[in-house]
Amino acid sequence: MSNGAPVVDVDRIRVSYAGVGGDRRAVLRDLSLRVASGELLALLGPNGSGKTTLLRAIAGTLPPDAGSIRLFGRDLGSWERPALARRVAVLPQSLVLPDGFRVAELVEMGRAPHATRWFGASGEDAAAVERALVDADAVDLAERHADELSGGERQRVLVAMALAQEPELLLLDEPTLHLDVAHQATLLGTVGRLRQRRGLTVIAVLHDLNLAVAHAPRIALLGEGRILADGTADAVLRPDLVREVFGVAVDEAVTADGRRFLVPHIGVERGIERSVPGDGIER
Amino acid sequence: MRATVASRPIVRGPALGRSALVLGGGAVVLAMAVIAAIGTGSVAIAPDDVVRVLAHRLLGIGSTTGLAASTETIVVDLRLPRVLGAALVGAGLASAGTVFQAVLRNPMADPYIIGTAAGASLGATIGIALPLLLPALAIGAGTAWLGLGLVQALAFAGGIGTVLLVIAIARNGGHLPSVTLLLTGYAVSSLLAACVALLMISSGRALAAIFAWLMGSLASVGWLDLAIAAPVVTAAFIGLYARWRSLNLLALGDMPSAHLGLDVGREKLRLTLLATLATSAVVAISGTIGFVGLVVPHLLRLVVGPDHRLLLPASAVAGAALLVLADLGARLAGGIPVGVVTAFVGAPFFLWLLRRTRRVAAPLAP
Repeated sequence: MSNGAPVVDVDRIRVSYAGVGGDRRAVLRDLSLRVASGELLALLGPNGSGKTTLLRAIAGTLPPDAGSIRLFGRDLGSWERPALARRVAVLPQSLVLPDGFRVAELVEMGRAPHATRWFGASGEDAAAVERALVDADAVDLAERHADELSGGERQRVLVAMALAQEPELLLLDEPTLHLDVAHQATLLGTVGRLRQRRGLTVIAVLHDLNLAVAHAPRIALLGEGRILADGTADAVLRPDLVREVFGVAVDEAVTADGRRFLVPHIGVERGIERSVPGDGIER
Repeated sequence: MRATVASRPIVRGPALGRSALVLGGGAVVLAMAVIAAIGTGSVAIAPDDVVRVLAHRLLGIGSTTGLAASTETIVVDLRLPRVLGAALVGAGLASAGTVFQAVLRNPMADPYIIGTAAGASLGATIGIALPLLLPALAIGAGTAWLGLGLVQALAFAGGIGTVLLVIAIARNGGHLPSVTLLLTGYAVSSLLAACVALLMISSGRALAAIFAWLMGSLASVGWLDLAIAAPVVTAAFIGLYARWRSLNLLALGDMPSAHLGLDVGREKLRLTLLATLATSAVVAISGTIGFVGLVVPHLLRLVVGPDHRLLLPASAVAGAALLVLADLGARLAGGIPVGVVTAFVGAPFFLWLLRRTRRVAAPLAP
């Protein structure tokens, strides 16, 4: 940003959902977060820690009860929806793609906030759709229909839809869901490239600690609606902190070329009392 | 980067050739249906005579010398308004049904689903029954109010008013959740249907008239009805068609379309009100004709796909043609209700198409 304001400025927000009987359950408490232009931030944390809620709050679809959110230096509440959608794209965790549309038509829907023509797509729209399909590795899916896609192919189409928006801020909720190992690396590589090429700012909810270590220069660790740690992978994903937050012990391993890996003790931890009262239940 | 791009461009609107074929073919079928319907009746009129009269009276082309004056009267004053009424009602119901299925993301949605039919029925029932129950009112019953009879005016107001009430109840802040809207519409419709039943029981002599209205009929459509309903339906259709992009986006769901820049609550409200306007206008002149608004959009989605740029106008043309033919069938069958014909002919055809087409391109339930 030319005026130096952070792209995302979340200031002590509280977000809650209406629970049974009218009482509200707080999902985010007093949470603050600033993300500068061109950053790639990975949000990590156990199930129910508030990662998706935070993304929705930043996307403007879940207004906070208290605190403020500013995007590109402007209060979120003052953005008109189409203006916001020209600069912020969201890849949701789950989206049922409607049957009957070709993939290219779905990706073209990503151009809706930029639409200048009443009836069809401009040359600029067509070029953006093509770029998005290439970047999301989905060109070969363009003529297929949504109901013919596998889970991983559908995920690539969703990524292409978000990229077609040509946003400055990209919010990704588990972008690697359903993707095989190769496509996981391709996608995060693409996101990193777009970041360098266009100064794209990215906030991504990830579950795979090692993907975060490999691709995210900055990691924020969420637990119970708060940010528990925020910094580089080395600083945040310390075995003791991971054990405390996720309730699972991890070992560190370093490959011959110096890359760090975290290896959880799957099965070993069962029955050991966990240090966090979080319950690991999907919310 | 572009190695895999096929010979056809990736981004292309609905294929022009196919769109022209669908809409042009539909228009030809509609025109033939109109000519056949006008020519058929107790006095048969040859198709070329029908065309001559229409060309002369509507377009000022050619002359009608050599034709009996009664032929002209039958075509223009008796049969044409009824046939055009059928086309208008069919087009209005089919396009409103397409919109409600998109807004509610529910394949069971039809133009009546959130209360239009129940409200219009109650309005019409009051309009029919009240003058008989309160003879003093009978003086005003036959006279026209704003050109419309009391029944039509009350039916129109009842349809619009009910949907406004349903929306007011279902609205939650800026949101208009589809499921709440459906359930509210169902509850309010049930209440109003009970009121209609109560009025019917106590209406005595008016019972037959009320029942006939509820079954729907195009027999009483005149030029005045058309002059008032047609502009309303046309304006609503233009308003809806201008929003084709929103209709397509809504198929993704509320939150994803919000992320793509749609002010979802407000847009759903606009679409609902425009579709209700069209529905109420046609119900006011025809009563509640079923089936067309539910099945025609499905049928066309199977044939032309889910893109509303083509789906909406194609549904309108198909709905018009279907209802013109169904009304012709109803007349030939001795004046049975047109809704019975649409269901008798349309339902088996729809079931056949449903089984034949493997991919059912219907919007998914929420």
